[in-house]
Amino acid sequence: MRRSAVLLAAASLALAGAVAGRGAAPAGVSDAVVTGEAMPRFLSDYGFFADAAAQEPAAGVVPYRLNTPLYSDGADKLRFVYVPAGARAKAQGEELIDLPVGSALIKTFAFTENGKRRLVETRVLLHRAGGWVALPYLWNAEQTEAVLAVAGARVPITTPQDEAISYRVPNKNQCKECHGLNGAVIPIGPKARNLSRDWLARMVAAGHLDAVPAGADRLPMWEDHRKVAVADAARAYLDVNCAHCHRPGATASNSGLDLRWEQNDAQAIGIGKRPVAAGRGAGGHLFDIVPGKPGESILVHRMASSEPGVAMPEIGKATIDREGLAVVERWIRELPAS
Amino acid sequence: MVRTAIAAALLLSAAPLAAATHDVAAGEGAQQRLQEALIMAAPGDEIVLGAGRFALDDGLSLDVANVTVRGAGMEQTVLDFTGQQGAGEGLLITSDGVTLRDFALENPKGDGIKSKGADDIVYHRIRVTWTRGPDAGNGAYGIYPVESTGVLVEGCQVSGASDAGIYVGQSRAITVRNSIVEANVAGIEIENSRDALVENNFATRNTGGILIFDLPSLPVMGGGNVIVRRNLVVANDTANFAPPGNIVAGVRRGTGVLIMANDTVLVEDNVIDGNPTAGVMVVAYPQAFEDARYNPFPRNVVVGANDFGRNGYAPQLDGAAQLLAAFGGSLPPVLWDGLSAGGTALRVAEGVTGWTLGLTRQGQPVAEARPAPLAVPRPEDRAAPAVGAPATLDARLAL
Repeated sequence: MRRSAVLLAAASLALAGAVAGRGAAPAGVSDAVVTGEAMPRFLSDYGFFADAAAQEPAAGVVPYRLNTPLYSDGADKLRFVYVPAGARAKAQGEELIDLPVGSALIKTFAFTENGKRRLVETRVLLHRAGGWVALPYLWNAEQTEAVLAVAGARVPITTPQDEAISYRVPNKNQCKECHGLNGAVIPIGPKARNLSRDWLARMVAAGHLDAVPAGADRLPMWEDHRKVAVADAARAYLDVNCAHCHRPGATASNSGLDLRWEQNDAQAIGIGKRPVAAGRGAGGHLFDIVPGKPGESILVHRMASSEPGVAMPEIGKATIDREGLAVVERWIRELPAS
Repeated sequence: MVRTAIAAALLLSAAPLAAATHDVAAGEGAQQRLQEALIMAAPGDEIVLGAGRFALDDGLSLDVANVTVRGAGMEQTVLDFTGQQGAGEGLLITSDGVTLRDFALENPKGDGIKSKGADDIVYHRIRVTWTRGPDAGNGAYGIYPVESTGVLVEGCQVSGASDAGIYVGQSRAITVRNSIVEANVAGIEIENSRDALVENNFATRNTGGILIFDLPSLPVMGGGNVIVRRNLVVANDTANFAPPGNIVAGVRRGTGVLIMANDTVLVEDNVIDGNPTAGVMVVAYPQAFEDARYNPFPRNVVVGANDFGRNGYAPQLDGAAQLLAAFGGSLPPVLWDGLSAGGTALRVAEGVTGWTLGLTRQGQPVAEARPAPLAVPRPEDRAAPAVGAPATLDARLAL
């Protein structure tokens, strides 16, 4: 039974490949491409953008931001959500908004070099009948098109901190390393707690969302991290940067470390918790978090490293997020030693 | 009705023939080509790695079920991660039914091969080597299946791991067999796992040969039902080089078999010789813990007949000189910390000698030990626990 499903899928993939040539950009989003079985070769096949080079979205594709974003070597991130006409996303409290089949999340990573914005990659998450599919697209040098890169790529980049790095475009499997939960691919970003109430209200007004979720807009705006309670800034940072893996059912579940915003158990978030499989990542320290002592906390040690095998997160960045690190260090320093 | 049944049967029977083989050769662009093959493979496909050295600069991953990755031999096909720039392991497997065979990994920056939530996996004739030998900067685990049901590790070789060469964690239905683990901190470690068979392996020059552990505060706990038999556990005498902070950093140099906080473990028919601290050590979890679900004590551990040579001749223990003097030059092969709760911690076969630290409470410092000769009951006449990987995994070895 499963075999025949696979064969059918393969057949339809071949068909779709045959018809999805690289013709004129479709007018608006192609729902058939979003929900089809194929892995479209070009970003333009979806029709998400009216002007892709300018990152100007097509009708129905809505830009958004997160209050506290994931650090990606300082890349500018342009985020968009698409909900197909006639369908509506559902509020689910402070958690992910429930996007219907046919929806897509689009995120472009860009760096400004010599005063010019350079698009590097666009990642798409497509909600298809069989679940979410994550695909990475790599922009060409001419900035006219992005091409599917299932195996990812490495791109030389100069970060806003002026560090010359080999920037890693994730491969399709690495997408799942972060987006996987209990074996399925799911979105990470658009949790109501990390989205502004105003934006959510506009989504409701536009008919894309059923209601402004209770529990919306709880995470602080990252640019305000010096003004808000350090615990809020740090826990928001850990939720957004770490908890997609460090939670039950996800890639780092076996560590027993659970860094989700809603986790209140001290040991689960690392306080006084011994490492399990940290290896040399432990850096000679005994606990993930030692209250009052960021310098003795494994969490800080791993955030402050750029060395593979030590550095956390393991994928998605090559440089150290000094700002995020400083917030987490300050939080740990101020934690009462109980 | 009949027609659709026939059509379905045809589809099903035709399916194995449809499985494709993808050849990947070493050389320019190996990273991209191999990763693409791993992503584009269909369930049931085989990826064949040519002989040669694949220079890789990133971790690899496989997320397609029932795929075989086959090299030309563990000395012929080498995935060289010396230049690895990213990822926490060399190769990550997240799909079920995968077979990995006949290739090697060298110098991964983190772990070697990690398979997580990957049921029914076979590692056959896989080698993972950190070529500079023992070094705290080496990756933690060589072969690292975790959170999986159905694990067969057969004919593998791991050396240089700064934690455990072959580490099976939070899993069940496990066989580790015919493998050589040398110069790791722990040779083979079965942690927070059940129904494991560890047999016919050669563990030498590790800090500790074979470790059976259960640790608190993990998603899966309650390790037990383990048989350790017919292994050569010889001359495990490398100084502990684990980075501090890890549980294995506490393993004393020269521990043959170490059983900590497990239920129902049988150790028999092994050759255990030349391990300077102890042949077999049976202990409670030594540290403080807050997890109410956790049982820190060893329970129903049986040390049957083993071929014990000279162990415990240079124990890494406080008061070693007095101990050696008291026991006549070397310690008896079995060391128990004396701790138990709710039942019998340890039984030994007739003729097996040992000693106890005489501790009386969990977490008590070893400095407070009151050593005494071992006096524990004989094994009961009980059937050995049913353990090991499903037979279907063994059947794959012949393919």
